[in-house]
Amino acid sequence: MNATWSRFNVTSVVLGFAFLYLPIVLLIVFSFNESKLVTVWGGFSTKWYVSLFHNQGLMDATWVTARVGVISATVATVLGTLAALTLTRYTRFRGRILFSGMVFAPLVMPEVITGLSLLLLFVAIGLDRGFFTVTLAHITLTMCFVAVVVQSRLVSFDRSLEEAAMDLGATPVKTFFQITLPVIAPAIVSGWMLAFTLSLDDLVIASFTSGPGATTLPMKIYSQVRLGVTPEINAACTILIAVVAVGVVIASIANKRREVQRQLDEQAAQRG
Amino acid sequence: MSNIAITDAGPSTSAKPFLTRLAGGFVSRLVIIVPYLWLLFFFFIPFIIVFKISLSQSAIAMPPYTPVLDFRDGISGFFSGFRELSFDNYVWLTQDALYFKAYVTSVIIAAISTVLTLLVGFPIAYGMARAPATIRPTLLMLVILPFWTSFLIRVYAWIGILKPEGLLNQLLLSLHIINQPLIILNTYTAIFIGIVYSYLPFMVLPLYSSLEKMDYSLIEAAKDLGCPPTAAFWKITFPLSLPGVIAGCLLVFIPAVGEFVIPDLLGGSQTLMIGKTLWNEFFANRDWPVSSAVAVILLLLLIVPIMLFQQAQARAQEQDK
Repeated sequence: MNATWSRFNVTSVVLGFAFLYLPIVLLIVFSFNESKLVTVWGGFSTKWYVSLFHNQGLMDATWVTARVGVISATVATVLGTLAALTLTRYTRFRGRILFSGMVFAPLVMPEVITGLSLLLLFVAIGLDRGFFTVTLAHITLTMCFVAVVVQSRLVSFDRSLEEAAMDLGATPVKTFFQITLPVIAPAIVSGWMLAFTLSLDDLVIASFTSGPGATTLPMKIYSQVRLGVTPEINAACTILIAVVAVGVVIASIANKRREVQRQLDEQAAQRG
Repeated sequence: MSNIAITDAGPSTSAKPFLTRLAGGFVSRLVIIVPYLWLLFFFFIPFIIVFKISLSQSAIAMPPYTPVLDFRDGISGFFSGFRELSFDNYVWLTQDALYFKAYVTSVIIAAISTVLTLLVGFPIAYGMARAPATIRPTLLMLVILPFWTSFLIRVYAWIGILKPEGLLNQLLLSLHIINQPLIILNTYTAIFIGIVYSYLPFMVLPLYSSLEKMDYSLIEAAKDLGCPPTAAFWKITFPLSLPGVIAGCLLVFIPAVGEFVIPDLLGGSQTLMIGKTLWNEFFANRDWPVSSAVAVILLLLLIVPIMLFQQAQARAQEQDK
């Protein structure tokens, strides 16, 4: 196999990853810069992290973002899983085409359109803009991503397990919680994490649907970036990257362990 | 999948007590109805409202438009509202050359960036697909990982690199490749770089999944029969990777047309793109009806590519089964 991995292939993969990672690495490196100039190295320092924690506006925004992220990701995971079940299990019901359209369209819809349309809905039904409306908007956007992730797991799911459980007398609801849910759990967890990161990340939709007192972190970062690049923003970005990276690593380790455990179980079952 | 109908139609359940079946039917209906209603209310209806407001007059008030199709007067009020509809905002969009230019520029920029992303992404995806099977999952993980870091942060990182006194110019100046700093930030070049960078994983992932499935003995056979490598690429590799190419291009093109963050942060005030125009119309000019009209036309522009994307998505699902 190694013989077919030509020098050209290796070079393009290495260059590609360098292109993907270099900007992020540089951003992290310059968050530890002593100098106020982001692009001139003035020695190692963690002072921007210290000043970050004294920036009340930024801390407030972080708190708002964390709450919006957790609530919206959780609700979106429930709704997205239901949507995925609908898409894979119920192939015939009225309005199925509209439904699958509504699940897939938000994935590629320009954010300015989604943001504007949600805002106009909130104004039309007389909902005050703020924490609640941002959360609703994020649920709507991220549940579609959860649906796609969970759906891809459900497609490869062995239905005979469910049928066996039902033949043995389990109700559909019990079957779902005892058989289906444990099997698709890894996909649900990664769906939740994807939803949380998307919510953490969103600037455009939040800007449209947020109101006074509910400034999210991306909105805060954006308004500061417009005034100029500072090491303090680099520090804030670095912390955000670190949080997400740690989460992804933990999730992938957990997934891997579960996978190994499953293989061991299968082997044991075959031997027994 | 199509041979498995609704779960409670199977023969195994028919022997169950009536109440259990009733509960099962109720639950399965709930599974469909809850996400359905949510998306209907928060995704579908908002578009109708956008369409409606795009047909209303702007006003200095809060909300800044005169409502048409008001449901407060009941159904009769709704129908009498039809008479007040106006296409003024759309007429206005055609009269001001700015909007037309913004639409055209957005489509051109998105198209060029899509081609660039394909050119950058194809060798990466191909290299990944030919990599030893043991390291492929790691490579895949490395492509997905940047997707988890904030879009805003990734765009922001490029400001420090592309600035006149930024890292790229410092490097090129110190290597004596250039004598004067290149002006890249706040130009269309910076937008291209930003889009290619931000959307590269969207291109690489579908390309990789179709290239990985490819049977490489076909290329060996072509080589043995004396086919030059470039001809083999165009005759075998490219046609076989076409589903990935189409999916990747749509995943880049559609969001890139309406992109706001990249043109705003990297393109500066001079560059004209429709996502930015909509944002300014809304936040700076506070003209909700005109920004709604901009959104409606943007949506019409994207409806064909979005439907193509959904078809590709459905076809990929069929193949997975």
